[in-house]
Amino acid sequence: MLSRVADAIYWMNRYLERADNIARFIDVNYHLSLDLRGGDEQWLPLVATTAALPQFHERFDRPTRGNVIKFLAFDRENPDSILSCVERARENARAVRDQITIETWEEINTFYLMVRHEAALDNVTGDPHRFLSNVKTTGGLIQGVTDATTSRSEGWHWGRIGRMLERADKTSRILDVKYFILLPAVTDVGTPLDDLQWTALLKSASALEMYRKRYGRIAPERVAEFLLLDREFPRSVQFCLHLADVSLRTITGTQGETFSNPAEQMLGRLGSMLAYSGIEEIVTAGLHEFLDQLQRDLNTVDDAIHDGFFALRPAAATIGGNQ
Amino acid sequence: MRFDGYQIEGFFDETFAAPGVPRAGYQPLIERIEALSEGELLRRQRAAESALMDAGVTFNAGTDGGTERIFPFDLVPRMVPASDWEPIERGLAQRITALNLFLDDVYHDQRIVKDGIVPAHLIENAKTYVPQCRGLNPPGGIWCHITGTDLIRDRDGTWYVLEDNLRCPSGVSYVLENRQLLKRTFPAVFAAAGVRPVEDYPGRLLEALQRLAPAALASPVVVVLTPGIYNSAYFEHSFLARQMGVELVEGRDLVVEGGFVTMRTTKGFRRVDVIYRRIDDDFLDPLTFRDDSALGVPGLFDVYRAGRVALANAPGTGIADDKVIYAFVPQIIRYYLDQDPILPNVPTYVCSDDEQRRYVLAHLDELVVKTANDSGGYGMLIGPHATADERDEFARRIEAFPRNYIAQPTIALSRVPVIAGDGSFQGRHVDLRPFILHGETPWVMPGGLTRVALTPGSLVVNSSQGGGSKDTWVLG
Repeated sequence: MLSRVADAIYWMNRYLERADNIARFIDVNYHLSLDLRGGDEQWLPLVATTAALPQFHERFDRPTRGNVIKFLAFDRENPDSILSCVERARENARAVRDQITIETWEEINTFYLMVRHEAALDNVTGDPHRFLSNVKTTGGLIQGVTDATTSRSEGWHWGRIGRMLERADKTSRILDVKYFILLPAVTDVGTPLDDLQWTALLKSASALEMYRKRYGRIAPERVAEFLLLDREFPRSVQFCLHLADVSLRTITGTQGETFSNPAEQMLGRLGSMLAYSGIEEIVTAGLHEFLDQLQRDLNTVDDAIHDGFFALRPAAATIGGNQ
Repeated sequence: MRFDGYQIEGFFDETFAAPGVPRAGYQPLIERIEALSEGELLRRQRAAESALMDAGVTFNAGTDGGTERIFPFDLVPRMVPASDWEPIERGLAQRITALNLFLDDVYHDQRIVKDGIVPAHLIENAKTYVPQCRGLNPPGGIWCHITGTDLIRDRDGTWYVLEDNLRCPSGVSYVLENRQLLKRTFPAVFAAAGVRPVEDYPGRLLEALQRLAPAALASPVVVVLTPGIYNSAYFEHSFLARQMGVELVEGRDLVVEGGFVTMRTTKGFRRVDVIYRRIDDDFLDPLTFRDDSALGVPGLFDVYRAGRVALANAPGTGIADDKVIYAFVPQIIRYYLDQDPILPNVPTYVCSDDEQRRYVLAHLDELVVKTANDSGGYGMLIGPHATADERDEFARRIEAFPRNYIAQPTIALSRVPVIAGDGSFQGRHVDLRPFILHGETPWVMPGGLTRVALTPGSLVVNSSQGGGSKDTWVLG
């Protein structure tokens, strides 16, 4: 497969997954805010989740609901807004029109037309739920249509790697930001408010129901364990990295437990580290530090994939040519 | 919707011989349309447009490629009877055969110049003549494998060749997409009409490209080379790659390695044998042509010259669709084939000829003036529709650089009915661009892109200038 095509499919999927996650973040926060008194609405943590605080402060004075939703949903200046993500996903899809199925393309194209239309209407902030659930549903639709129409050849695997790395990153960010925003208020621990907020956190990752089936009661450490280490929940970091690893090895043909390039090495190492970790030691050593390192490692994996597969240089021809 | 109030207004109408009198083949279609309930045709038209938008069948308008639009499309098909098509098919095959001989000659011995048919200065001064191609021998001596020739009809219905496009003609993807839409919209009329199929174009194109592979390879690697997603014809590039099942590449995907052109894949560098390139000669290789080209592949031309990769069309074909050379095509056909041209040219005045230039300058208000190398309806003066200032400006330009201009009488292009926004049928001018493939022998696609000038009264059919399209049914 052409490197440029693999690159475009990888990023198309990352952007779609990112748009989906951002819609999820806003929606949950919006619903959470309905239970709080006006002055207590917390919108800034949401911006922090997307790692865009500096850009937000450059463009808006106050983190009001209206400003944050505008910034996260429709701001073209924000490279990670839903609109920007969907535009870039579609741009990538257009660049590989010949490689993705017509069904996938049409869903992405109508998704783009829908988001652009909503952005032009500019009346989402009052009741964002309809728009946001539309984004989430479409995200699922695109994935479903793609899975149902695409051969499990190289392109599909690059798409899955992109989606899984993005999802792992976003899940870790939800946990990171919320954990530190929510936890410090010691007086709130065990109160209905506390429960509400942890519930919201799980909802952000569409994890509430699966969490309840697994653990029943809400407890901060269990929530962290579920989102980081669960082997069965499809949005946990461990699960996402496992699938990314499987796909990368399917592409290269490298056996498990070995590696033939830096990307496999780093992804394998990261997966093993999670597989042999317990939540207690992570929390004791510092969850924030752990998540920080995890995000840096995910970036390193992304760099290694880029250098090893997407941006090959002629001098490196022999390395890639004998696999 | 009914055709009752439809006006012919003294033009040659493709659909009606006289008010209320349909031409051969149109009767069942007209009956079907008039039998539709009120508003149904307009509804189908809107549905077709939104299907195109959802499917992203778009082009990028403007020079910056900023706006993405669907290519406007009108549901009422245009028909060409078998008796009209037969000479067109022969005429186009004749024309491309002669033009390929001309190309091979101008890059070798230039017999046609030595024999005094085409003046040497016209070739030497042509921007599209590529001196680097001198002495090259493309496979089978064929330089132009894909042609899109524009045909028009005058007030009396005579078919003329308006221009030859031998570089990177576009539009064939819309022919195929339009056909899909039309089959869905008028299935019964379509089935009964005996329309010749166009769907085998991608298969034939692939076959023609594979034939060009340098060595006798069992499965040569063919790619389509595009300037990228901001190019106005990007949809077509990806469409053709998809239909042929070959890779769509950009210049940055290709690297010259070890004397071959290779593409950068996730598993290393893979050799490419045939490139259907949809970028202009100038941009192909920054080492040989424009050194500021970021679209091309450094070193490509050397590999091509060494016969280790094939290009379609071959570099250098632009000289044969130079609008001044166009004026000589009838002589070119006689010279190489010893035959009379089957399809006539539009009478053309060559401004580099003193006498003809004087005539042109004296009759600017009647003539259409064109620059030698522009396309897309740019760089053109339509005398009768222009202001005095615009004509003066063109007169100055012609005198400053006569080689660059030709002029033709303003042809009252034939018209077709289109569905107007107010729900009536109105006449609009059209041309027809059939596509010709030259593999072992020429093959003319039965049909082509009917382009419609959607602005009332306009004679400019180009998509970049507000033109639309119609499906073209060659009957029998």
